[in-house]
Amino acid sequence: MTLSLKKPTYPAPGLDTFPKLLLHNARMFTDKDAMREKEFGIWQSWTWSQVAEEVERFALGLQANGVKAGDTVLIIGGNRPRTYWTMCAVQSLGAVPVPTYHDSVASEMQFVIEHSDARVIVAEDQEQVDKILDVKALCPSVELIIYDDPRGMKGYDPQEIKIQDFVTVQAQGEAIRKDNPNQFQELVNQGKGEDLSIILYTSGTTGQPKGVVLTYDNTLLTGYYGGLLEGLTENEEILAYLPVAWIGDHIFSYAQSYTMGFCVNCPESTETVASDMREIGPTYYFAPPRVFESLLTNVQIRMEDAAPFKRKMFKYFMQVAKKTGIKLLENKPVGLMDRIKYALGSVLVYGPLKDALGMGRVRLAYTAGEAIGGEIFDFYRSLGINIKQLYGQTESSVFITVQPDGEVFPNTVGTPSPGVELKIADNGEVIYRSPGAFHSYFKNPESTAATKTDEGWVHTGDAGFMTPNGHLRIIDRAKDVGAFNSGKMFAPKYIENKIKFYPHIQEAVTFGDGRDDCMAFINIDLGAVGNWAERNNIAYASYQELAAHPAVNKMVAQSIAEVNESLLDDEMLAHSQVSRFLILHKELDADDGELTRTKKVKRKLINERYKVLIDALYEGKDQCFIETEVAFEDGRVGTISGDISIHDAKTFNPVAQAS
Amino acid sequence: MSEPLQQMEAASKLLELKNIDLSFGGVKAISNISFDVMEGEVRAIIGPNGAGKSSLLNVINGFYHPQQGEIWFDGKQRHAMKPYQIAYQGIARTFQNIALFKGMTVLDNIMTGRFTHMHKNMFWQALWKGPAEKEEIENREFVEHIIDFLEIQAIRKTPVGRLPYGLQKRVELGRALAAQPKMLLLDEPMAGMNVEEKEDMCRFILDVNDTFGTTIVLIEHDMGVVMDIADRVVVLDYGRKIGDGTPDVVRNDQTVIDAYLGVSH
Repeated sequence: MTLSLKKPTYPAPGLDTFPKLLLHNARMFTDKDAMREKEFGIWQSWTWSQVAEEVERFALGLQANGVKAGDTVLIIGGNRPRTYWTMCAVQSLGAVPVPTYHDSVASEMQFVIEHSDARVIVAEDQEQVDKILDVKALCPSVELIIYDDPRGMKGYDPQEIKIQDFVTVQAQGEAIRKDNPNQFQELVNQGKGEDLSIILYTSGTTGQPKGVVLTYDNTLLTGYYGGLLEGLTENEEILAYLPVAWIGDHIFSYAQSYTMGFCVNCPESTETVASDMREIGPTYYFAPPRVFESLLTNVQIRMEDAAPFKRKMFKYFMQVAKKTGIKLLENKPVGLMDRIKYALGSVLVYGPLKDALGMGRVRLAYTAGEAIGGEIFDFYRSLGINIKQLYGQTESSVFITVQPDGEVFPNTVGTPSPGVELKIADNGEVIYRSPGAFHSYFKNPESTAATKTDEGWVHTGDAGFMTPNGHLRIIDRAKDVGAFNSGKMFAPKYIENKIKFYPHIQEAVTFGDGRDDCMAFINIDLGAVGNWAERNNIAYASYQELAAHPAVNKMVAQSIAEVNESLLDDEMLAHSQVSRFLILHKELDADDGELTRTKKVKRKLINERYKVLIDALYEGKDQCFIETEVAFEDGRVGTISGDISIHDAKTFNPVAQAS
Repeated sequence: MSEPLQQMEAASKLLELKNIDLSFGGVKAISNISFDVMEGEVRAIIGPNGAGKSSLLNVINGFYHPQQGEIWFDGKQRHAMKPYQIAYQGIARTFQNIALFKGMTVLDNIMTGRFTHMHKNMFWQALWKGPAEKEEIENREFVEHIIDFLEIQAIRKTPVGRLPYGLQKRVELGRALAAQPKMLLLDEPMAGMNVEEKEDMCRFILDVNDTFGTTIVLIEHDMGVVMDIADRVVVLDYGRKIGDGTPDVVRNDQTVIDAYLGVSH
């Protein structure tokens, strides 16, 4: 199917909102499961027609309680069917659902309740209701709380606010439906594609959270195009286990489920996700890199405990998989003998292992959010699990780029998704224009104007570049990226992350903005290097002494040479090899104001405080004297001083390498 | 506090002990104790070590029969019973030292609590298909509600011996609840727990009381807990009752304060 993206292509003509899709699915897939939840040890399921009925009753009940078009309704809940039904019920009234993180504390919730102007809140249980009541005095706009789980709710009767059971509201809706069976259909018909569909608050690492407003055309179309691209069908199974307030879950477990008609499975509780996943065997799966990483670590630890025969078998067949698995996944030529070995491995190792991970049926898995380690990525792909990276954000309704089948590389995030136009701004920032590009930030026109241009281009805040084969490569946050005197890009964090990858290096700070080449400060890891020193009979008394030891300097020089060599692989970054470095005489410390409390380097302050050293690096000196103040943990201030030796690092000539 | 008390007056007495005396040989464990438990209340028994709390619980439970005094439970006077009769009377309990089957799963342990609700004889059990299977499904469903209630879904199939102490206590509560008792006796349900586990347990006890209307009698050492969750408190010292009333009354009673702070006898 080809898409004409000039104008929106809906799953079927006129199906431009989720409530319309719901009624459509109830006709199309009447008896097909739309939703499952494990409760009382058994998977309970609801067909599309049952879901439509539940949503209808709740929507009419909400209407009876005064919810009308243009209102916002706050939803505080985990991955439960009723949480998703509430979203659709609110949307069918023309109101806007605002899901929020149910694990946030009362004070964080207060900001969202206040800012979203919500009059009605649908909360999962007593815990959430208690939080709302805690901050009630500060949020006078709230009039009604509806709760899902009645446990412990007996005896709640605060004077100033109305509290109702989900079931009671549905019963009110049922009464209305009896009198006027067409009312819901009429309400749903009023919705349009350009209407607001949802407000999602971004976590807000800097300052207050921002409410990202998305329309149906954003979420519905992006979800639909993404589904078409990957060939998703109504037969997929997905496990909904990530926060509903997060755009990823909203697209995968809601937008794509409604547009494609597949079934969403809700786990029994957050602790049972792993075993529930095994039981369901999802065909479509998303997880952030750290989940894939911890699953792999678990496998490795358990294999270490396994019987010797099993351990050997695992090791042997994982070698086989490494050699042939990825080639097979990408339909590349593989010899007959390797095919036979892989087939044997599938029976003996890969199959049981995938089953234990709950990934036995996974056709498509995504990961995003941060860079995933190449080894981890390859491990899953070699097992035959089609895991791919994507790049996106709340403002883009997830999809900006996705790795196409057969073109999966660990260091890029893929090619633009359907309908996405991608540009690299002059400062290296990635900007895009897409069907999913957000409507605005809620009640925040300044931020909207700063992020989205009048022509609809959205700034991601990430710096990156397009590789020759048309893939996007993200390297750094845009505000950290500078330029060398030659005009070429300087991405400090990218280089620092490469250097910090070595266990004996704790921290690295690179310089190069407005200079000719790249220089680095290094902090060694006292634990790792200390351990190494002990094993090699190197005596030392302090961090400073160990840092100054020639053998340590040699080891760091070796690591930096390796980093430089690996930088050659990137045409865009080959020029930013570290030419000279020094090991600092003290550890960078948050107490001294050099790091933030979350251990991020404060570049500006380091630039000022260590100006002598930076100058020495660029002036080509071999040694430099420095004296710095340090704050001890008891609050006293002392000084550390000493000579620091500066070393040249081995660099590689890009041209020579290429020839 | 006056409102719940008035409600209690209206409620009927579920258990009444009249002038109970219990001794083991020459040791007098309980002397001349009388008190009552109203239907639907949370009643705490407190007292220093060796005050006779557990003995009293065993008397209520029917495990010990007192030498003197009357016990009225659910409107009937009670006499010495055989162990199986004790099980059927509608009183369930947990133990100070956890008494679960360590090698069995959580699910199986709680299923044993349904024993009194399984009526099919050996013939049907052996045949399995038909009535026995139906009965088992009904019981399993009830047990699953308890698992959901106590939020232990994740450990449903885990052998009890592998669980931490706090969770084992919760499983034991689950087994007691499975019997659908009229009255639940808890012998030091929070002993050895950390603060978080105690808070969880408090919530479960109150929720059991609230949701199922189960009458609860508990022994507890943590005064904060007792004062928070009990409707009325009985205080024992050296086998005698030295205080009885709402937490507020008991807290300010001079005899009780003396017993706890240690005044020479």
